Amino acid sequence: MTESRLPSAFAEFEPLAEKWCLATEAERWQARLATPMPEIRRFYDAFSPRFEEAIDYCDKFPLDDVPDDALHLLHLIYSMIMVSMAIEVFGQQKPTDSADAVIDRVAGPVP
Amino acid sequence: MGRWPKPAEGSWTEHYPELGTAPVSFRDSTSPEFYELEREAVFKRAWLNVGRVEEVPRVGSYFTKEIDAAKTSVIVVRGKDETIRAFYNVCRHRGNKLVWNDFPNEEVNGTCRQFTCKYHGWRYDLKGDLTFVQQQSEFFDLDSADYGLKPVHCDVWNGFIFINFDPEPRWGLREFLGPMITALDDYPFGLMTERYDFAAQNNSNWKIFADAFQEYYHVPSLHSQQVPSAVRQPNQTFECGHFQIDGPHRLVSTAGTRRWLLDPEYMYPVERITRSGLVGPWRTPETHFSAGLNPGGIEPWGITNFQIFPNLEILIYHGWYLLYRYWPTSHNTHKFEAYNAFHPAQTVRERIEHEVASVVLKQFALQDAGMLGGTQAALEYDVVDDFPLSDQEILVRHLHKVAVDWVQEYKAERSPVGV
Repeated sequence: MTESRLPSAFAEFEPLAEKWCLATEAERWQARLATPMPEIRRFYDAFSPRFEEAIDYCDKFPLDDVPDDALHLLHLIYSMIMVSMAIEVFGQQKPTDSADAVIDRVAGPVP
Repeated sequence: MGRWPKPAEGSWTEHYPELGTAPVSFRDSTSPEFYELEREAVFKRAWLNVGRVEEVPRVGSYFTKEIDAAKTSVIVVRGKDETIRAFYNVCRHRGNKLVWNDFPNEEVNGTCRQFTCKYHGWRYDLKGDLTFVQQQSEFFDLDSADYGLKPVHCDVWNGFIFINFDPEPRWGLREFLGPMITALDDYPFGLMTERYDFAAQNNSNWKIFADAFQEYYHVPSLHSQQVPSAVRQPNQTFECGHFQIDGPHRLVSTAGTRRWLLDPEYMYPVERITRSGLVGPWRTPETHFSAGLNPGGIEPWGITNFQIFPNLEILIYHGWYLLYRYWPTSHNTHKFEAYNAFHPAQTVRERIEHEVASVVLKQFALQDAGMLGGTQAALEYDVVDDFPLSDQEILVRHLHKVAVDWVQEYKAERSPVGV
């Protein structure tokens, strides 16, 4: 039995949590590039129906005091945003025509 | 016919007759010799933005900036008198690089009471004065007053810190920026402090990269994915509402539709759910609208993109802005810095909106960066050098003209008269 990460209302996403609850943009970007599209699609399809509800859940907490389980859910939301670009916009992991270009996010707010 | 009226001359380009309408050369972006001249003529003469006052929030806050184009490193620091100063990052004793942490060539930031050289322990206060010399009695007539840090001209406009490497700058900062830019004097950049910062090393001349951010003619082609495929038009066009030039600086404004008024099929699902996307959060806090923000009177106003010579772009949306800087590292490479700046999020939902805008920014900037490596490579084949530019690309024409003009002026000053 693995430890639960997410709020109980979102327990159905526990199998996704280990891979996709990622705290930094660098990790989320790397996960997107390194994950085959069918697996990205499974995450996207599973999370889509409750995407909005998950945002509303996290939005109940003050920004500077989000409890750990909701924070994990927020990180899952951030990963969903990241993979939405691959699924909805480009149909592939990398932005079309980005060739060998690399742009790093070097700073940003937390969470 | 276009949507937007053009000036009486018939085009934006002809409204500024000094630009001409002929095809242009891009040798200024492929020539190592031109780059060497540009370093002196442009990057050691123009005012250069190196940061914001929020990056040095307290007395003793500092950061260093490596500026390859000027072959130098600079320390920017807030003094006890709250004045922000800049110094060459060089110890006056034996020339060691004064401020660095793990590696001398990496930029650093922090807070300190004084700067201490790693080599022999000489110390300088926040005004750059030499305050301590180890074993001073061993030196020969050493007067500390003669060995303060070498200053770099530094001034602040609306929170943006600029430096100038010219020993005697040709203009003060405000005069350099001119009326078109200083019309943003009262724009509240200082309220938008939630930043998402990006950095990249790109394989293109700094001007070639800047060109992709000062025209929108390329958007329907290179960034076709900005419109969902179901409603994408194969021959989509893009026309900007207003162009303006003032000295070496430029701006372009475009109209913008309020996103929530679009039919849902014109948005991606992630945009509808998060109420954010390509043009940022759908709704942002009320933000003072400066007179300089929409000089062309475009309605509905979408963005104005200010291109401040040489290497700064500030692109202002409703209630947030993004900023790009292009720092050349050779004739065909540059360091790209960018950030999105928002009013600090008050709620988790607002933070998510900012995250979406920042994720989207990176997608499309990567398309530009990837493609422009190809542009640079092909320009260097040097098989053609007469490139036609449309009226929508007037700002591209202007940037290259200004860079060449500054280099010509520099050369003219150095060549003997009458030869």
